[in-house]
Amino acid sequence: MSIAIKVEQLSKIYRLGEFGTGTLSYDLQRWFARMRGKEDPYLTIGEINDRMVKGSDVVYSLLDINFEIEQGDAVGIIGRNGAGKSTLLKILSRITSPTAGRIHLRGRVASLLEVGTGFHPELTGKENIYLNGAIMGMRKREIDGRLDEIIDFSGVERYIDTPVKRYSSGMYVRLAFAVAAHLESEILIVDEVLAVGDSEFQKKCLGKMGEVSKGEGKTVLFVSHNMAAIKSLCSSGIYLQNGALNKTGEITEIIKSYLNNTIKTDNEGLIPEGSSTYYTGVARYKKLKIINHSGDRTSLYYRAPIKIYAEIESKEEIEDAVLDLRISNREGFQVVHCSNIYENGKEKEAAIHKGINKIEVVIENLLQPGSYSLTPGIHLKDGLSLDYVENILDFEVLKIADGNEQDLVYNWDMGIIRLNSDWKVYGQQ
Amino acid sequence: MNHDKAVKEWDLIIEPNTSIFQLSLRDLWRYRDLLLLLVKRDFISFYKQTILGPLWFFLQPLFTTLIYVIIFSKLAGISTDSLPSPLFYMVGIVAWNYFADCLTKTSTIFRDNATMFGKVYFPRLIMPLSVVLSNLVKFGVQLILLLLLFLYYILFRDFVPATNIYILFFPVAVLIMAAFGLASGLIISALTTKYRDLSFLVSFGVQLLMYATPVIYPLSRVPEKYKWLISINPMSGIFEAIRYGLLGKGTFDWSIIAYSAAVTVILLITGILVFNKVEKNFVDTV
Repeated sequence: MSIAIKVEQLSKIYRLGEFGTGTLSYDLQRWFARMRGKEDPYLTIGEINDRMVKGSDVVYSLLDINFEIEQGDAVGIIGRNGAGKSTLLKILSRITSPTAGRIHLRGRVASLLEVGTGFHPELTGKENIYLNGAIMGMRKREIDGRLDEIIDFSGVERYIDTPVKRYSSGMYVRLAFAVAAHLESEILIVDEVLAVGDSEFQKKCLGKMGEVSKGEGKTVLFVSHNMAAIKSLCSSGIYLQNGALNKTGEITEIIKSYLNNTIKTDNEGLIPEGSSTYYTGVARYKKLKIINHSGDRTSLYYRAPIKIYAEIESKEEIEDAVLDLRISNREGFQVVHCSNIYENGKEKEAAIHKGINKIEVVIENLLQPGSYSLTPGIHLKDGLSLDYVENILDFEVLKIADGNEQDLVYNWDMGIIRLNSDWKVYGQQ
Repeated sequence: MNHDKAVKEWDLIIEPNTSIFQLSLRDLWRYRDLLLLLVKRDFISFYKQTILGPLWFFLQPLFTTLIYVIIFSKLAGISTDSLPSPLFYMVGIVAWNYFADCLTKTSTIFRDNATMFGKVYFPRLIMPLSVVLSNLVKFGVQLILLLLLFLYYILFRDFVPATNIYILFFPVAVLIMAAFGLASGLIISALTTKYRDLSFLVSFGVQLLMYATPVIYPLSRVPEKYKWLISINPMSGIFEAIRYGLLGKGTFDWSIIAYSAAVTVILLITGILVFNKVEKNFVDTV
């Protein structure tokens, strides 16, 4: 097998504050002040300069990355937000250039960081296929040759001569992905674009990507937060952490170490500052712990309701907060979602006050024995997220029910959730 | 020698950009289909989005000509070199519009395409080139209007145009005009990624530049002591030459043309190099 992608000592630096103030008049004022021997009028105000004082005006988005990918491999790139995944993809797709190091590529690269780049609402579906294909590097005659295939895959044949502004968002995405899936390339780079579209379509996309990598022998690089998708598609993985390469290897190993390696709460349930996956600076979870544990801090008896104590620290009054908890299993698959709104069919937001807010949650526990992770989140009613901390607390559902001495004897390995069911068995009488 | 072989094995090597002269012109050629499709897109979207469609191409120069005739010719009494004033103005307006469009629309290329540039790679120079070509189509349509006006004057007003052999220079003049507009636009577009307030200056500046170019007045009527000032402007000689070829009035001077062409070439090379440099890390600054 030959090497398709070879990355050597790749680094990317973002400089803060290097670009001046952004407007000509400000820069002229600075220059004029310097000429008169006065101090820079924009140096004393604003927080941007605080950051510079602390000496962090250089941010490494990627630091000394080395890896090789063999031809025909499907590789998943995993990491928390801000780990450098997007930067790596952008450099590989030539959207931005690296600060140091180099990448060798064999074969044409098609990168799909977004579906439907350059789609114009006034153009028809067919016209957009040509435009979008050309933007992604296809020649016109290549598109000619694959037009029927693309239209067929998209499933919007009836509307192919209608302007795409009349398309539903689902049709739009279908058409866009269809173009991308038929690019003539040896290397396909896909960012988390499959988050859009319905689940049937997502399945179709994943199927197509699998076909592309296994059937056609193309090299595929895939970024996603959906561990299940990565696992089903990729054979090996690259785990990035804070811009550095943490680990490469077989995909299940990589997923496991990613899920184990994320920051966890301490014994008091304290969440270390700065561990939020996403944080806007308004409100954040400070504490999260399970209070009805079996003695061991993070294990629960079978079927015992999960009682959680949490603290949120807020800098503002928030009228309509939506709080939620997501539970994922070891494979990274999200199993359960609980939230304070739509509970019992009612819509009621929580009011978060300035300062510390104490929260108690009781969740019905229908989980099968096994290991799980909790992701708490704070959002606004309109869907904006304020804070969430991925997999911050691990817990285990035991094979023992509360008060029992020994393992239950039923078959434990079936499914992830065991729903309550009512059984009536009638004899023949 | 061994090293050369190793390099050839790979199709693409991505490195930090060391040289600003790395132009990847071959890439540009490979994407020529995209260029044409973008021009097509601009044209289709323009006539689909407007009620009057391509009629706008006609209305704008028509009304501008009308207003110029009233204000500059009738009210201000500015000479049009003994030519029918509508003809005189329309030649200037149509040509100036093309130049101004090339300049203003390429100067906002990064801002207008920021999202697309952040998501997909293609030679960025394709975008400004498509602007120049799209506007050439519009310019071509407007030339038809000019031709109609010409015919009207010949058939109904007994006007005998002094069109001469120098009309052959017309395509070259258009090329220089486009290149000059493109070059200025490229340089401004690169500067506006750093200084956003420059973009406010552009539309205003282009307006002022028109008055420093013999568009609504003939160079012959400029007072002798200011003539040098107008002549510094590389567009002046071009406009005079266009009018000379079409209408027989104006000046045609090879040394002035050579000056315009030289300035344009230097500016264009600078523009492409600057654009090329900014393009590489533009995404990081938005």
